[in-house]
Amino acid sequence: MGDFFYKLKKDKIPFLAFIVLLILYLLIAFADFFAIYPSTYSNRKLAYQPPSKIYILDKDNKLKKPYVYNYIKTFNQNTLSIEYKQDRENKYKIKFFSHGYEYKLFNLIKTDIHLISKPDDCNLFLLGTDIGGHDVYSRLFFGGQISLTIGFLALLISFPIGAIYGGVSGYLGGIYDKILMRISEAIMSIPGFYLLIILASILPSNMNSQQRFTLITAILALIGWAGFSRVIRGMVLSVKNQEYIKSIETIGASKKRIILKHILPQTSSYIIIAITLSVPSYILAESGLSFLGLGIQLPDASWGNMLREAQEFANILYRPWLLVPGILIFIAVLSFNVLGDKIRDILDPKTMK
Amino acid sequence: MSTWVYIIKRILGAIPILFIVSLISFFLIRLSPVDPLAQLKLNPAISKETIEKETKRLGLDKPVIVQYALWAKNFIKGDMGYCTDNTKVSVKIKSRILNTLLLSFCVIFFSWIIAIPLGILGAVSYNSTFDKLLTLFSSVGMAIPSFFFAVIMLLFAQKTGLFPVGGLTSINFQEMNLFSKIIDILWHITLPVFVLTTISLSSLTRQMRANLLDVLNSEYVKFAYAKGLTKTKVIIKHALRNAINPIITLLGFEFAGLLSGAALTEYVFQYPGLGKLILEAVMQSDINLVMASLMIGAIMLICGNLLADILLKITDPRVRV
Repeated sequence: MGDFFYKLKKDKIPFLAFIVLLILYLLIAFADFFAIYPSTYSNRKLAYQPPSKIYILDKDNKLKKPYVYNYIKTFNQNTLSIEYKQDRENKYKIKFFSHGYEYKLFNLIKTDIHLISKPDDCNLFLLGTDIGGHDVYSRLFFGGQISLTIGFLALLISFPIGAIYGGVSGYLGGIYDKILMRISEAIMSIPGFYLLIILASILPSNMNSQQRFTLITAILALIGWAGFSRVIRGMVLSVKNQEYIKSIETIGASKKRIILKHILPQTSSYIIIAITLSVPSYILAESGLSFLGLGIQLPDASWGNMLREAQEFANILYRPWLLVPGILIFIAVLSFNVLGDKIRDILDPKTMK
Repeated sequence: MSTWVYIIKRILGAIPILFIVSLISFFLIRLSPVDPLAQLKLNPAISKETIEKETKRLGLDKPVIVQYALWAKNFIKGDMGYCTDNTKVSVKIKSRILNTLLLSFCVIFFSWIIAIPLGILGAVSYNSTFDKLLTLFSSVGMAIPSFFFAVIMLLFAQKTGLFPVGGLTSINFQEMNLFSKIIDILWHITLPVFVLTTISLSSLTRQMRANLLDVLNSEYVKFAYAKGLTKTKVIIKHALRNAINPIITLLGFEFAGLLSGAALTEYVFQYPGLGKLILEAVMQSDINLVMASLMIGAIMLICGNLLADILLKITDPRVRV
């Protein structure tokens, strides 16, 4: 393990990716601490407010504590559109490590301390608001909680299924192998995303958000296991005729024991590599699904469903702050790819020199 | 001769897979709580007779197994029923297949002619600045969510006015002559192709580079060098042929990825392809259309894989029948 980290540290870019991911996961672990508004906050009267500008210099160019102005909503008679204007009357100081809404850290510790809190009587939307008047900045953290964990959870379901399925198929061989492999081939023959949207669309619409999250995870897992099981089967085929397996068989070990204890552990380094390399595809799949409105649904946030706003042309032209979740998806996926490549280089004996 | 035997064997092998696919998709959709005729019944333009005909055709009054048998029989005959807007499914799907094939073909063509030389250059200049930049760019290309990239490209089209925003044809398409029709389609298809090519290009370049690196380390390449052959000759004549085989296998997978990945891109660009069709069908719970497009998708994927296997059989004589 120490050797692993040493090798990881030696290469700067993968190590940077590792740090980035660490930061991202820390941010979502302490989402409530970093958020300014609670996840349920919504004020339709303040839809599409632009990001609050933060000032640190006053009129005489003197350094001041960061402050913001309130925004006033006005209706422009000429363009027939709603405009937000700064109200330069009052300055509001931004508070740090101060009291905000109450929340429970890790569902255990009750507190109301936040990194940044909004000034009293003034709104603070660091990245503006969306159509429902949600604070985009705060929702980035809550959305990340879903987008960055759903992939891992789906992997936790799909990998054991794939490994056992491939292991049984490869070890038993013969007719079992034929039938099992035809089934997994059939699943692989359905274009994955088609299956995904069909499964997501037949979910009943009256579920609560937790049930929906669970089922979306299960659906993502259902797509991925088939391809994985084929690779495991191939590896099992090459292992099963080795002498140590024969000798365990002569001792009289059960088939279940041989598959679980002696064959599958041989594939462990491949499994670790495959896991890190498949997390990004699950993240992308979830975001695509939510982007189409078939995944995580309002009022819950995920980076994908936050990007739904980008389907409106006016939004990407005049409200570019709504595109921020896309950049975060990009950063997360890029980091996972870079890190995954490095882990493969470290663990794969073929590339060892 | 043996190639033909191989092809026939593979086609026969695809039949049980298609059968299982149809079973999976049929029961998946039938088990869902959606009434397959709900949309038809809601549409006032559709007569009672059509609905009764559909009920009979789908055998909705009979057990599920019979329903499946009926559906399978009709599907093989080419009769896929009616959509919710009373057009024939087969008519609707036919045009979409062509559009998706056109898109996929362009993407595969461009990603191959760009990715293979890039991958070769990367492997040959291993660890150079160029190689590192290539790795960086391909990582970036793989990490962009396709729909996000598509949205940004749409923004680009809107701002510059260089490309049309969405669709496959202009409004006055019918009045054009053949030449300007082709130009019009090419003009519309450029952005979707660009988005999808960038994404598939990245993984393909990496694969090509990795394969060639593997081959360059092998004994027979060292021997070719020892024989006194030039670097170009070793790479083109000896290393490349082995390095390209795994890429051909990937062709099948790539096609699969394209069918899936294109769905989102088609949706954003409003490109009338199979992916967008199935999305619309799903949103309107148009069961006939969903079933048919799922099957067609699977058939296209299997054909893609078959094509890749046959190509591999031709380029790599070691593949056994």
